[in-house]
Amino acid sequence: MHDTHTPLIFEHSRPGRINNTHTQRSTAQTSIIPDAMLRKTPPRLPEVSEMDAVRHYTRLSQKNFSIDTHFYPLGSCTMKHNPRACNTLAMLPGFLSRHPLSPEQHGQGYLSCMWDLQEILKDVTGMTAVSLTPMAGAQGEFAGVAMIRAYHDANNDTTRSEILVPDAAHGTNPATATMCGYATKEIPTDANGDVDVDALKAVVGPQTAGIMLTNPSTLGVFDRRIKEIAGIVHKAGGLLYYDGANLNAILGKVKPGDMGFDVIHMNLHKTFSTPHGGGGPGAGPVGVSERLKPFMPIPVVGKNDNGYYWLTEKDLPQSIGRLSAFMGNAGVLLRAYIYALLLGREGMTRVADYATLNANYLMAKLSQAGFDMALPERRATHEFILTLKRQAKEQGVTAMDFAKRLLDYGFHAPTTYFPLIVPECLLIEPTESESKETLDAFVEAMAAIQKEAESDAQTLKGAPYTMPMRRLDDVKAARELDLRYKQS
Amino acid sequence: MPFIPHTENDTRTMLDTIGADSIEDLFDEIPAELRAQPLSEVPAGRNEMAVSRLLQARAAQDIQALSFLGAGAYEHHIPAAVWELTTRGEFYTAYTPYQAEASQGTLQLLYEFQTMMTELTAMDVSNASLYDGASALAEAVLMAVRANRKSKSKRILIPTTVNPTYRSVVNTIVRHQGIQLELVNYDTQSGYIDPASLPTDPGDITALVIPQPNFFGALEDVDALTDWAQAHGALVIGVVNPTAMALITPPGEWGNGTGADIVCGEGQPLGAPLSSGGPYFGFMCCAQKHVRQMPGRIIGRTDDIEGKTGYVLTLQAREQHIRRSKATSNICTNQGLLTTAATIYLSLMGPEGLRQTAEHSHANTHKLAEKLCAIKGVEKIFNRPCFHETVLRLPKPANEILSALDTQGVLGGFDLSQTYPELGNAILVCATETKTDNDLEQYATALRNVLA
Repeated sequence: MHDTHTPLIFEHSRPGRINNTHTQRSTAQTSIIPDAMLRKTPPRLPEVSEMDAVRHYTRLSQKNFSIDTHFYPLGSCTMKHNPRACNTLAMLPGFLSRHPLSPEQHGQGYLSCMWDLQEILKDVTGMTAVSLTPMAGAQGEFAGVAMIRAYHDANNDTTRSEILVPDAAHGTNPATATMCGYATKEIPTDANGDVDVDALKAVVGPQTAGIMLTNPSTLGVFDRRIKEIAGIVHKAGGLLYYDGANLNAILGKVKPGDMGFDVIHMNLHKTFSTPHGGGGPGAGPVGVSERLKPFMPIPVVGKNDNGYYWLTEKDLPQSIGRLSAFMGNAGVLLRAYIYALLLGREGMTRVADYATLNANYLMAKLSQAGFDMALPERRATHEFILTLKRQAKEQGVTAMDFAKRLLDYGFHAPTTYFPLIVPECLLIEPTESESKETLDAFVEAMAAIQKEAESDAQTLKGAPYTMPMRRLDDVKAARELDLRYKQS
Repeated sequence: MPFIPHTENDTRTMLDTIGADSIEDLFDEIPAELRAQPLSEVPAGRNEMAVSRLLQARAAQDIQALSFLGAGAYEHHIPAAVWELTTRGEFYTAYTPYQAEASQGTLQLLYEFQTMMTELTAMDVSNASLYDGASALAEAVLMAVRANRKSKSKRILIPTTVNPTYRSVVNTIVRHQGIQLELVNYDTQSGYIDPASLPTDPGDITALVIPQPNFFGALEDVDALTDWAQAHGALVIGVVNPTAMALITPPGEWGNGTGADIVCGEGQPLGAPLSSGGPYFGFMCCAQKHVRQMPGRIIGRTDDIEGKTGYVLTLQAREQHIRRSKATSNICTNQGLLTTAATIYLSLMGPEGLRQTAEHSHANTHKLAEKLCAIKGVEKIFNRPCFHETVLRLPKPANEILSALDTQGVLGGFDLSQTYPELGNAILVCATETKTDNDLEQYATALRNVLA
């Protein structure tokens, strides 16, 4: 990687370097905007040539780890290969240039893809209906919990005030419950990594609106008592929400609908391989059971004799409403659809097969190399947790030290310090797209870092050494806020 | 196997290492009763060539027409370099930059993005994106309730000149938190909020939303509205078009005081293709004093242990992965790749290119309105100055005329009669810099034919 400082684009800027090749220059100005409303000083955007910009952003790109360049075993994030056909085909001009408000008959090609995707997602989740509109997992969660609320409200069951969330849950779960006006109650995890059913029984009651669960959980294991949990919550009148972040582990193997869930969201940017783009965009469609169908977020694609059309407020008067100005992250949905077509039904089940094989293999190899697993007696699903608690005690090195040193060995770090209930943990998700050689090389790197921990812990604590930056000062960043370049 | 590299030999060796007989054994913790029936609705896998043919046929079904639609999504020319660079694998396939040392490219780019957005809006700080303009406004409303500690009412005033879909999304997202959304009606002669119509003693208000330009394309009297809101202890939430910022007073300079408190909007005009409605990105800026109430990722500049300048995710104690149920929002994934495109777009346009785009769009819409209003029975409804959209009244029902225009290859605009029935047969038209004089003439000719 480049170890040189890359100036900001603003530092390349020169007054009067006008790059006017991109659009037609306006002629004969007939601005009818009164002077008082006009901007007095132009925004100080960079004034650079096209080549300046191309070089600058090419250089910046080279300072990133990405799936295209590195193994990226970030747990719970499913960093699998993003097939190029998905991007190329989603960017066909017919799709790209379609205005979202253009008539339905102009968008039959696009709408037919979305209809097909809805059908595919219904099948893999075992749900009755799917709405594609949520723009990311967290928005899917919001839609799901808002539907649970709408369902209770429609039954005049308005005293339910709590959402149950396991202590291993993603932070988005409790944050979502709050946005929907619910208090959150945490359920502990038992020693085997399953939800503590006795604790659940103790807190469930008439105030329970529902429970948010990920299965396999963020501990990387399948909750074996899920039917029992579903029974307990349903008996109390609550509904079950499935966080689909870990769907990759069970694609085609288990359907959340069969586990008893009433509503689920899927992270298409994980399981269906749409790119993460340095933070997004995602897509978080929701699937629902029959009883939540009237409450789905709109719009949803419908089909009749005249073709495909949008279901809106008129068709779903009890809908929780709209979540985006149009219909969500249309282009992301297209990429997921194309991926689903390339995989097909056999390919989907194979995803779960090989994601699980890779995770269990990596767990076995790391165990053999002397590392401690958080749940050594359990099967890994698509991911597993390694704990460095022993190394922290014996060598004074942390999960963060291992994570940073892995960068020097050419691997992106696994997820660190999550779930919060396992000390010094690395949550490792290799995905199905990695080869045995890559996994073996990762194990060798981990073993080499362990040796460094034992022989020279100080060196390890200074990592990384080969990145464009050494370890960065997060405390200074938060204390002395510098969130924009101050131009002179 | 598609996207799976394992040879039979690899699989065998790996299973031996695990101590399992088959891959199926690895699923032995899942209760047998839960195992799914084979997928029935998912089609059989197809090769890339077959899928390409299918998708090309589907894309070709989507009709290309000469479009004068705006209403929240705008056709602008996007320099070729924008998506050439944005789809580089190092941007396209990276995750959220949790490991800062291995993500300096994305982090520095986002710091540049934040700087550009603060320049456009004349605000102090920016976040690194939200989902889209509508959901960004919902987040802005929630943020205003947190930030305005003096107000207890949770009353938010939203003019009816705010995009109706945005109002609908805000309602979906904030309705569970005891927030009252009160509509402010517009002046039906001028198509804007007349500051003189606002009450002199409005009581406790948490925030006033000000669209600029508004949904009709008209420019609001932002200075008077800002002063009114701030005089009554309300925060000001601006919802702005980012292209327009090159031309008109930015929200940081609204009114006689310190400007708007929170600014959000739809980032799509900055380099995102129309693409059936997404992915776009929402942006959000605010005054420095509110930064800790802002939702979403924020990038900060700092030093590494050798004193070299670098960039990190900062103020993470606001976010869901740290603060959980007390977070400022549940947002996690944002629209990173679209901010990458916007940053590159703004670099290539520069202040002059963006100004030209804004001016040309403004002038084209003005020119189009003049041409169309020369046709008998067509008239402009409002007299407020506009940015790049305007409302026209037609002599026949809007949906009929739009359908008839469609058969002549022209998407004539957005039918307002559903959402603003009081305007009669009204449409919202938009002509950005992408339209030539011939295009404008083609619309006029088509409309003349339709009305003849």
